[in-house]
Amino acid sequence: MTDVLPGVHALLLAADPQGPMNFWPWLVFTAIKMLVFFTIYMLGVAYLTLAERKISAWIQHRHGPNRVGWSGFMQPLADGVKNFMKEETMPPYVNKALFVLAPMLAFIPAMTVWAVIPWGAPWASPWGRVEMVLADLPIGFLFIIAIASLGVYGIVLAGWSSNNKYALLGGLRSSAQMVSYEISMGLSLIPILLFTGNVTLSSVVNSQASMHMWNVLTLSIAFLLYFISAFAETNRLPFDMPEAESELITGYHTEYSAMKFSLFFIAEYANMATQSAMLATLFFGGWDVPFTQADNTGAVSFPLVLLSMALMMAKTLFFLFVYIWVRWTLPRFRYDQLMSLGWKILLPTGLGYIIVVASLMLGLDAAGIERGFVYGLIFLGVNIVLVALFMVFLDRGKILSAAYGRASIGELQRLRDITTSRTRLSTTAGD
Amino acid sequence: MATKRTIEVALSTSGLDAEGRPQRVPLVVDGGGSVTTLEAPPALEPELEGEHMLLNLGPQHPATHGVLRLVLELDGETVVRCIPHVGYLHCGFEKIGEYRQYNQIIPWTDREDYLNSPGNNVAFALGAERLFGIDITPRCTVLRVIAMELSRIISHLVWLGTTCIDIGAFTPFLWAFQERERVYNLLEGWVGARLTTSLTRVGGMAADIPDGWMDGLNSFVKTFPKTIAEVDKMVTRNGIWVGRTIGIGAMSADEAVNYGLSGSMVRAAGVAYDVRKDFPYLEYETYDFEVPVGSAGDVYDRFLVRMEELRQSVRILEQASKRLPDGPVNVDDARVILPPKSKATSEMESMIHHFKQVMEGPRPPAGESYVAVESPKGEKGYYMVSDGTSKPVRWRIRPPSYVNLSAIPKMVEGHLLSDVIAINASIDIVMGEIDR
Repeated sequence: MTDVLPGVHALLLAADPQGPMNFWPWLVFTAIKMLVFFTIYMLGVAYLTLAERKISAWIQHRHGPNRVGWSGFMQPLADGVKNFMKEETMPPYVNKALFVLAPMLAFIPAMTVWAVIPWGAPWASPWGRVEMVLADLPIGFLFIIAIASLGVYGIVLAGWSSNNKYALLGGLRSSAQMVSYEISMGLSLIPILLFTGNVTLSSVVNSQASMHMWNVLTLSIAFLLYFISAFAETNRLPFDMPEAESELITGYHTEYSAMKFSLFFIAEYANMATQSAMLATLFFGGWDVPFTQADNTGAVSFPLVLLSMALMMAKTLFFLFVYIWVRWTLPRFRYDQLMSLGWKILLPTGLGYIIVVASLMLGLDAAGIERGFVYGLIFLGVNIVLVALFMVFLDRGKILSAAYGRASIGELQRLRDITTSRTRLSTTAGD
Repeated sequence: MATKRTIEVALSTSGLDAEGRPQRVPLVVDGGGSVTTLEAPPALEPELEGEHMLLNLGPQHPATHGVLRLVLELDGETVVRCIPHVGYLHCGFEKIGEYRQYNQIIPWTDREDYLNSPGNNVAFALGAERLFGIDITPRCTVLRVIAMELSRIISHLVWLGTTCIDIGAFTPFLWAFQERERVYNLLEGWVGARLTTSLTRVGGMAADIPDGWMDGLNSFVKTFPKTIAEVDKMVTRNGIWVGRTIGIGAMSADEAVNYGLSGSMVRAAGVAYDVRKDFPYLEYETYDFEVPVGSAGDVYDRFLVRMEELRQSVRILEQASKRLPDGPVNVDDARVILPPKSKATSEMESMIHHFKQVMEGPRPPAGESYVAVESPKGEKGYYMVSDGTSKPVRWRIRPPSYVNLSAIPKMVEGHLLSDVIAINASIDIVMGEIDR
């Protein structure tokens, strides 16, 4: 009790709104933030499943779930209850320890990365400056990459321990896929690192605000690479090779049921939410309120905090919508196409782009141009050219060409010439 | 003494031979039908030597379109060998037919290629009518053309939807199925049944179309091409779709003919063989439609050919709906057609006629007939032999899916596991027809 009283005392004490908090207010605010952020996160992920079903229904001209609650609003709850009530199955000859461990390994990293994403401008509270992030780690997005890559262990172990060939193939595919695309994802982040000079996400947001331009405009190629890799990292269509429900039943979680399956499911949606928030933060200005500087100079008033949080939320929701939209529009890549896209296109592009960005920055700094709007405009111009080149190079008339109407005979012949050269893989044994 | 014979069973789980393939294990089958293995039963934990993996794709697998079982020998994900196993859905339709009158066989034809029930009904009725020597009425001819083309649309829509799912695009599946529902609504308005229509009778149809039915057909014919165009926009030139389908499972024209392929499979390979054009029935020669032909015989060409066939079916439906004549649907042939119910309950002769027709069934002259039609899957034939009684002594189906499926080992070997799914989808099999 004697410890609590000075704490309460300190809580009531006013402090410098721009300065750091004392220990006890910090503890209280952290606890509140944890509760609020993770409640929103878990509810958000649950309702993301409903959103996916509703949006897919909208795309496919049907109603979607509409029985439970108002217009199906309670459907996630019913699904949750169902998953708890269902039987936990365990096939014979599985590696029991790993079989149980795998869903946890997939689930925990997906939850953890959420802690470092900044959700709003810092609040100038009477008790000191409150950062709208659970842990503003100095290693910033490196932490996210490191933790998110741990998720692959869950998938690989699930595939391996299930004693099922489909699950094994799913696990193998996912390990290859996620390892490959992590590289291009990491490479796409290096230009941001060069720009910001720092890996913390709050400085990424601030650097975009100080340039009056989002990174998506100044570092468009990096955005494209990150965007593609994010789809591959979350195992979403068109990169859902590890699941590939028409080929591998459901891939690595074929043998899982009830809550163990549900953990994989939640982990997938949680990863989507994280990657959407990352896209919003890294390339779309994060919580920055556009056309104002007030929110970047220090802690701000509570309404402005709420506004910045709403902006961040809106951007995140937009990318979540894009995830869902893409899933219900595109077909699935084949495994070898996916790997060649990762290694032959994204990786060299990422490397080349780092060189371009670094040399351009060196040149502009030598020319004495300040980091600001003009600096951003020059980058924008260069990026428009680069994106045009990238499209021509990546596309070569097949990947990003308009999926519209019927192809002419000449075009078909051209497509066929491009593709037939690399079908029919050689077989090592057999006839 | 029971005779013993030794047969080779395709695959065992016991080990690999010198070429890295699973060993063939000789089995001994004695006269009693019991099977004994000459070899010790395989251990629970097979030794982990050798590089190849055996994968049972099916019979329970979401992408095998029923109960097809493909035993795949995989090197990594590359298919080294593929052995299809069929028979899980065997119902003995052909044997059952030997104990049924001709009109009673028609419901069984619904159930073999169940995506093409009206087409099967028509094909069987044509075969039986050839046996009876009956010429059907002009109205019946046009109605049967409408039924066949509607069933081609149903079947191709299922193929389109499932192929899209198999290659990962889920949305066109539901678009296709919504259109399919509209066709089923039409069929329901016609005969009351949706899937198993039993639309025809020997010498006519189960029912004439109801009033206003043609309006429903015309509105379908008008709006359906929009859905095809929409699916076209979604996938036909989509880079991923093209990459997944072009050059996959290619069959040259020679190979396709040598394997006995028919339908879209052989047309995609560049052989313009269409029973409707080459051996016309139901006056198909008087309709203006084209036979789409591919060039490479790969999955993409099959896709294009079938998409075009959907459009051509719409053209045929348009023409048929314009030329539908008035007049009776059923032939005026007392051998096969029942008297009107009102007469059967009021006139002695009609009642006896009705009784004999129903209890004994119509009797064709002794002989045999074969009729081939262009089913959505390929050339579908019905062969029946009559000995003059009311039941066929032999009834045999030429199942196009079965013949087309026989080429799957040739098509998939050397491709990846994902391509097996795409190729299997492109064959457009219906296991009810294959196993019968």
